[in-house]
Order: sequence, then structure tokens, then C-alpha cells
Amino acid sequence: MASSVSEATSSDAALRRFLHGLPGVDQVGAEQRAAGLGTRSIKTTAKAWAIDLAIRMVDLTTLEGNDTPGKVRALANKAMHPDPLDPTCPSTAAVCVYPDMVATAKKTLGSSGVKVAAVATAFPSGRAAMPVKLADTRDAVAAGADEIDMVIDRGAFLSGRYLEVFEEIVAVKEACGDAHLKVILETGELQTLDSVRRASWLAMMAGGHFIKTSTGKIQPAATLPVSLVMLEAVRDFREATGQMVGYKPAGGIRHSKDAIKYLVMVNEVAGEDWLDPDWFRFGASTLLNDLLMQRNKLKTGAYSGPDYVTLD
Amino acid sequence: MSPSSTTQRLDVKKTYKLYIDGQFPRSESGRSYVVNDSKGKFLANASQASRKDARDAVRAARAAFGGWSGRTAYNRGQVIYRIAEVLEGRRDQFEAELRAAEGISAAMARKFVDASIDRLVFYAGWADKVAQVVGGANPVAGPYFNHSAPEPSGVVAIVAPDRPLMGLISVVAPVITTGNTCVVIASEKYPLPAITLGEVMATSDLPGGVVNVLTGSVAEIAPWLASHLDVNGIDLTGVEDAELAADLEVSAAENLKRVRRPGLEDLVAPPPLDRMTKFLETKTVWHPMGI
Amino acid sequence: MTKFEYAPAPESRAIVDIKPSYGLFIDGDFVDGHGKSFKTISPSTEEVLAEIAEADDADVDLAVKAARRAYTRVWSKMSGAERGKYLFRIARIIQERAREFAVLESIDNGKPIKETRDVDVPIVAAHFFYYAGWADKLSYAGYGPDPQPLGVAGQVIPWNFPLLMLAWKIAPALACGNTVVLKPAETTPLTALLFAEVCQQADLPPGVVNIVTGAGETGRAIVSHPGVDKVAFTGSTDVGRAIAKAVAGSNKRVTLELGGKAANIVFDDAPVDQAVEGIVNGIFFNQGHVCCAGSRLLVQESVAEEVLAKLKRRMKTLRVGDPLDKNTDVGAINSAEQLAKIRELSEIGEAEGAERWSPKCDLPQNGFWFPPTIFTGVSQAHRIAREEIFGPVLSVLTFRTPKEAVEKANNTPFGLSAGIWTDKGSRILWMASQLRAGVVWSNTFNKFDPASPFGGYKESGYGREGGRHGLEAYLR
Repeated sequence: MASSVSEATSSDAALRRFLHGLPGVDQVGAEQRAAGLGTRSIKTTAKAWAIDLAIRMVDLTTLEGNDTPGKVRALANKAMHPDPLDPTCPSTAAVCVYPDMVATAKKTLGSSGVKVAAVATAFPSGRAAMPVKLADTRDAVAAGADEIDMVIDRGAFLSGRYLEVFEEIVAVKEACGDAHLKVILETGELQTLDSVRRASWLAMMAGGHFIKTSTGKIQPAATLPVSLVMLEAVRDFREATGQMVGYKPAGGIRHSKDAIKYLVMVNEVAGEDWLDPDWFRFGASTLLNDLLMQRNKLKTGAYSGPDYVTLD
Repeated sequence: MSPSSTTQRLDVKKTYKLYIDGQFPRSESGRSYVVNDSKGKFLANASQASRKDARDAVRAARAAFGGWSGRTAYNRGQVIYRIAEVLEGRRDQFEAELRAAEGISAAMARKFVDASIDRLVFYAGWADKVAQVVGGANPVAGPYFNHSAPEPSGVVAIVAPDRPLMGLISVVAPVITTGNTCVVIASEKYPLPAITLGEVMATSDLPGGVVNVLTGSVAEIAPWLASHLDVNGIDLTGVEDAELAADLEVSAAENLKRVRRPGLEDLVAPPPLDRMTKFLETKTVWHPMGI
Repeated sequence: MTKFEYAPAPESRAIVDIKPSYGLFIDGDFVDGHGKSFKTISPSTEEVLAEIAEADDADVDLAVKAARRAYTRVWSKMSGAERGKYLFRIARIIQERAREFAVLESIDNGKPIKETRDVDVPIVAAHFFYYAGWADKLSYAGYGPDPQPLGVAGQVIPWNFPLLMLAWKIAPALACGNTVVLKPAETTPLTALLFAEVCQQADLPPGVVNIVTGAGETGRAIVSHPGVDKVAFTGSTDVGRAIAKAVAGSNKRVTLELGGKAANIVFDDAPVDQAVEGIVNGIFFNQGHVCCAGSRLLVQESVAEEVLAKLKRRMKTLRVGDPLDKNTDVGAINSAEQLAKIRELSEIGEAEGAERWSPKCDLPQNGFWFPPTIFTGVSQAHRIAREEIFGPVLSVLTFRTPKEAVEKANNTPFGLSAGIWTDKGSRILWMASQLRAGVVWSNTFNKFDPASPFGGYKESGYGREGGRHGLEAYLR
């Protein structure tokens, strides 16, 4: 497959042939499969396990124009100690911020093990010249980002300039150095599941460590059917190449119940190897508090409320 | 020289054979039976078909089924209309045969031939309409295109009623219009117009094997058709013996043939739709609608 | 030990109240039968659920007479609009008691609660809703300006979808103005008896619906009763044949929905992940106890290996076990008898040289269980490619060209359903036109809807259930 990857990316035409040669996705069938998995009933011990795992998988995110160092410090503290009253509560996987906030986040998190992810490449639109995108990336990495969440050029993808998208990802990955690269497809703009599958493969072939659904700025963001297709993609890519790629749904996942549906899907579609923060993340902000409230409910038997979790 | 040799010419009489696969073979059994006119005077010997003739007829009907059912409905309508045209051209012959067979008046014979031709025209027009009348879109509760359309059942065996031309056309035309092929046992009493109708069909662009006409004993041949596993339906319209009809229905159950029970409707009234629908299957096709 | 063990998530049984014994529902009341009784058991535990009356000839006669009285005096005289309102009522009560029906069906039949809750019961309610609306519109249905009911319908239904088959039989019959005597299968009588209670709650006039329980003899008594005007049967082709023979020479009308051996055809350009779901849904839905099950997988040679690998991986995620667990995908086999038949045919498959594979799965100790199974290397000459197994057993065959696929698909005395998987639109339509089957699912499988006619070609029976077409069986 390694040779066939280089073959497939040898020209625009070859790449097009490869991507369009991937099996089609029937939308209705995919939606039904996703809905079916959504009816799994996860209770008691399984639920407790899933909630803690979900907390460990959260990329706690703030990506707003009005972000400040103060806001980011608060978020980082929350990431380290989601439930300050319960030392058994795990930390989140990472915080996710704009590049100019990386240094602040890094400093607050110190050696906690919580990683710093930075969105880069003219997030969220990706509409900037290549040198700007690369500079954006290098800047974030230089500030200490462990992970870079880049956006693909959806315009180029939708107009069929696949090689251009591919080469951009390769270049950004190079600019990442040791930082891990997550490739945001912005599936809400790709619209069809066929495009989601093709973009997933394109990003994986270009060397992305993770494929990620969305910026959170476009609706729909992460959905279960899109996740189904992307999880099939990481599963099939490993089958074909032996390389494992992570998956991050982002945007719109607000409730524990939804998070658990994702974990069920990961478990049954990609497989349990992906049930690990190294290979699966939730890009989310409000989800964490709902997970914490559910965690308390399981511990105490009583429903919790927003005043019993921290707002940061 | 005798006068008769110059003024009288000896008729060339027709040998009435079977009509199978577009050909006119004699019964493989070599048998025939005497057909008399209404006054008991000898008219002709008709072939007395055997079980092997029935078998050959079914084989021909099965072979013709794919092609005939695969034609466009428009084309089948054209062919049936063509039968009407050719029949119109040979109406004198049929009128004469009907008068000889049934002993009816010239006016009555003309009326029957008129009605027979008109019935063919009626069914010619049905070919490309029946699917619209009995099929359609089904509004299912989900993102699916769902559509039902009629398809012919396959090979249909028919026992024609004892109404020589009109009766035969009334049972055969609806069956083939929709794309079935058939093996019809002509009226045992009035077999001759049926074979002459075979000649009309053989010259009307109707592919060989779509209609196969057997003459002979219903009691002898029909059970072989009723039990034949490659026959999909059986029309018992012309079976007058109730016990035989029940036996045929029992035999037909072996491979779940579609059965039309005995009895002939008023042929003057508009024909019942189930002359066609009894030998139609409904096929429903689902497909998701997505982007 | 897997990482993510789903804890048991059982649906509560408390919602159902199974009585120790049940009589027959005749003329609006539960009455004792004249005959013996039999036990209905839970196939997942072998626990005896209840003692059920076995209707004998005299009981059937009473039921038919009650139906005739109700037909003559009440039901055939009632306006279509009023009949429709009764059916709407029934639909609503079923919706209100949906959970109860779902749990009871799962207990008595062995099928997963996921299916009874999400498929069987919702479609049952929808079916009554659909035909309720037809009751006052029959003159628009294309069966003449003033179509009339037939009279008393004798209906015999199978155990695979007990309540759903009841709905398919009773809803159109009543909408058209007929009254019914219905016999549920002997292994699954409970939801039909609960339905009798629904008829009472709906104030349905006595005798319009009569439920007589029993086995083959009871069925025979209904079919051969001279007071029955119409026979509707869903079940095996052998019994269907016997019924067709039994009514020969009579004036009884018949519709039969019988067996199948459907081909599910996967082309090399199929949306492969959805095709795999369709294969799984086609044969493992309802433990494969489905007459239209996609029991023959015809996969194009060029993708056979890939499809099979994906199928096997998918099958490993199927959860077999307690029907009341909300996460169960495959429940119990309905009866010891059916299990024996599945085992026998599977052993024949092995003996004939086909390769048998099942995912590792722990089956419960008690009850009747069979793991999801596929046979590869099957050819048309194998018995497992020809006979209906009616269980979670898939025979895998390959083909090279569309024509070969059609030939193989049609090469069976059955003709109930077929599946096609390809992304090429014109090929779908060509295939659909060539397949001799009453229902063709393209890029989907095992979908049912009250508005969609269902029924077979050839030895899969005759007549259609569902949609406008479903009215024809109950009108003259």
C-alpha cells in the first residue's frame, strides 16, 4: 500500500482515480446504521467506565475572538482538574486554543500531561496563502503546541484539486515537526458522505495523525453518520497500510449520552484499539460539564445540576 | 371429357393441425378426431393433442416468454393490434367457419367476428396502460423511492370456453397482452376456428410460442398442463365438469399456480379487469433517496 | 475480555401480566375451549409461560358462526367511515400499549426487544392506521365503483412476526368489511390474545375479530370450514400447497404468503459498508426467521474476498442472547423443532463440502440458540442454496456477470424477494426488471411499510399484502 499511496498521489489524475475508486457510501444506509448503533443501551458499570474514558478524550476547547489569557488559564485548570472535589476524576486529553494562546496554555498546564492543541492554517476558513498557513503552524509549534489542528482547503477539494489539498497537508505536517497533526475536513461543507470518505483517505494518505470532522464554526459539525464513515476510513486505512490514524469528532457533542454513542460507534466500527485518548478525541467545550454531572449522578444516585460543576 | 371436369373444381381442403412454437405440427401421437358441423355433417379431422404435445407447447411458451415479456408494452400493443388487422382481412373465412361450426346465421357470424376483432383492439390498447392502472408509487414512511408495477406471471395454460372465436380471444388476448405466453386448449367442440386463428397469429408479427393452440380432449390434456411445474398459471374458464375443475385446481396447487376458476362472464359486457390481473404479479422495488 | 463490556440492559418484564391460562376469544369474550390445551414457552429460557386452549372443530365452528353473525348483523352494514374509526382506535391503543406488546412478543417469540420495540410494534400500529383510512375510500381503490366484502375470513399466521402478521391479516380484512377468525401460531399465541383485549378496549363489536389458538388441526378446521369465504395464510410453502388443495373446487378465495430463498446480490461497485449491513440485516434480522430473508448472498467474484472479510468482522460485533436485553442483536430460535431443522440443514451444508463459519459467541445454557453462521463455497447444487433454512444461516455464492447473477437468483422455485447492491443506477433498474421476485430491495434490504405491497412470485405464494394492492384479497 505504501507504494500504492505514492502511486496514487503521483498526479492529480491518479489521485482522482484513487479517491473516486473508493466504494460509495449510501447515505440512507449509513444514517440507519448510525442510528442503530445509537440505540445501544449503556448502563451502570459500562456507563461509568465510558464517562471516565470520555473525559480523558476531551480536547477542551475555546476558539473565540474574545479569548484572553485569563480565559485560557481557567480552561487549562479545568482540563487538569475537571472535578476539583474528586481526585479520582481524570484530566482531559488536551486543551485546544488559537496559536496566540498556546504559550499561556502551555505554561498553565506545565507537566500535568494535558496537551496543548492549536488550530492553525488560517482556521477556520483556511483561506490564506500557503506561506501564511505554514507560518501560522510554525508559530504555534514554536510556542509549544503538542498538536496542530489544521483545516483543509475545502474550495480546492470541492473543485477537484485533490493533489493541491494533499500537498498542503504534507507541507503543514512538515512544519509541525514533532507536533501531531489533526486534519479538519469540515464535513459540513463537504456535504456528501462520499466526499467525507474521499477527504478522509486524502488526509490519511498525506500523513495526518488524526482526521477531524469540523471546526465547530459550520453546521452541521460532527454527526454520527459522518463519524461512521470516518471511522470506517481509519479502520480500512489500517487494514490497507498497517498505519493507525486517530479520529476526532468536534462540534455539537454536548451530552454524555451523545458521547457514549460515539464510543459505542468507535468500539463497534473501528474497534477497541481506538478506545484510547491517543486515537480518539472529542472536540468539545460544554460536553465536559455534562460528563461530570453524569459522573456525579452515577456516584451519588441523584441528578446533579450546573451549580455543582465549575464554569470556566 | 365429362362436363364436370371443366366446370367443377375439387376443393383443396385444409388439414387442421396444432399451433405450437409458430409452427403447425400434427399431434406427435398421430391421432385426430372428427369434427362435425351443427347438423352432424363431417367438417374436418382435428388433431388430437397428446401430453407430449402439451409438453412441447409449454416448452415453446417458456422459450418465448423472455422475449415477449421483454418487449415494450407499446410493441406488444402493436402486435395485438396487428392480429386484429389480419383477422379483419380474413373475416370471411371466420364467418364461414363459425356458421359451419355453430349453424348460426350470417348476421350472427358477422357480429361475432366484429366483436372478436374489437376485443383484440380493446386489449391492444391495454398493453401500455395496465401498469399505470394497477401499479404506482407507494408513499412509504422513510427516505425511499418505492414503486409497484405489474409483471406477467409467465406461462399460462388456458382451457378455452365452448365459444369458438370470441370465447377464445376473450381468454387469450388479456393473458398475452400483459406479456405472458400461453398454451390454450381450444374448445373441444369447436376446434377449427382456433387453428385458423393460429394462422392469423402466425402471420401477425406475434412471435412463435407466445400462443400455442392445442386441440383435443380437455380431460386428457388439461391435467398435464395443471400439474406441469413450468406452468405458472391456469385459466379454467372452459372447464365445464366441476369435478375435473377441482382436480385441476388440486394439481395446480403443486407449484402454487395462479388459478382462475371456471366460468365465463357475459362476453358482451366490458371484460373484467381480472382477466389480466389474475396472471400478473406485483413487483415492488425499493431504493433509498440520498445524496 | 473486551475493553468496553456493555453491562446488561434488560427491559423490565413488569409491564406484562401473563395469565396462567388463556381461553379462546370468540364473539367478544374469552371462553374455554372444548379441546385440550397446550403450553407456550419462552424460547430463550424454556420457561412455561401459559397454558393455551387448543380450539377443536366445535370451537372453530363457534368462532366462524360468531364471525358470520357479526358480519351479517353489524360489520357489513356499518359505514366504511365507522369501520375506519374502530381501526384508528385499535391503532392508537396499540401505540399506547406499545411497550407491553414489545416485551410480550420478545418473551413469547424470542426475538430481541430492539426489534419488537423498533420494528414489529410500530409497523403494526402503522398498518392499522393505514388500512383504517381505506375503509371509507374503497370505491376509489380501483376495484370497481362499489366493491363488497367477502364475508368471513379465516386467517392462519406464523410465529416469526406474530403480531405483525396479525396486523397484516386483520387490518385490511376489517377495513374492507369482512369479519375474521384468526389462528396465531402455536408457539406464539400471547400477543394475539393481548390483541383480543385491545379489541375489547376499542369496543369492537363482538364477533368481528375472533382469535382461536391451536396447532395444525385448528388451522385445518378453519381452512375447511364451509362458513369461511376467504382463507389467508402466511407460512411454509408445504402448508400453503395443502391449503390450495383443500380449497380447490370451492368458492373460497385464497391468498398465500409462503417461503423464500432470496438472493442478495452484491456487485463490485456496491456501497460496500452498507451492503455488509444489508447482508447482516438480510439474514440475521429476526434470527433469519424471515420468509424474505436474504439467505443466498451472491457476491461478484472480484470483491468476494473483501466483502466476506468485512462481513465476518461485522458478524463478530453481533450480540446474541437475552431477547429482553436492549443490546441484543440476535435472539433465540423460536422452537426446539426449528432449531433442529436449522441444525440439520447446517450439517448437510457441511457434509456437502461448504465451509462453515460463525463468530465466537457464548450461547446461553437454556433455551434454543444458534449462532450467526455463514457457509462459503456454496454452489447452486447445494441443498443449503435451495432450501429455506429459516434461521441465521447465510449461503455465500459468487458470480461474474450481471446475467449470471440474474440466472442464479431466479434459479429457484421461490420468488419472494431479492436484493441488489450497486452504485450504477441503470444496472439497478435492469436487474430489478429481470429478477422474478415480488419485492426487490436495491441498496437496502428487509424494509417494510404498510403502503408497500408485499408478496411473492411462483411458489412463494400469491396475492399481495400491504398498500392498495392488499385490499384486493378482501373485496369482490
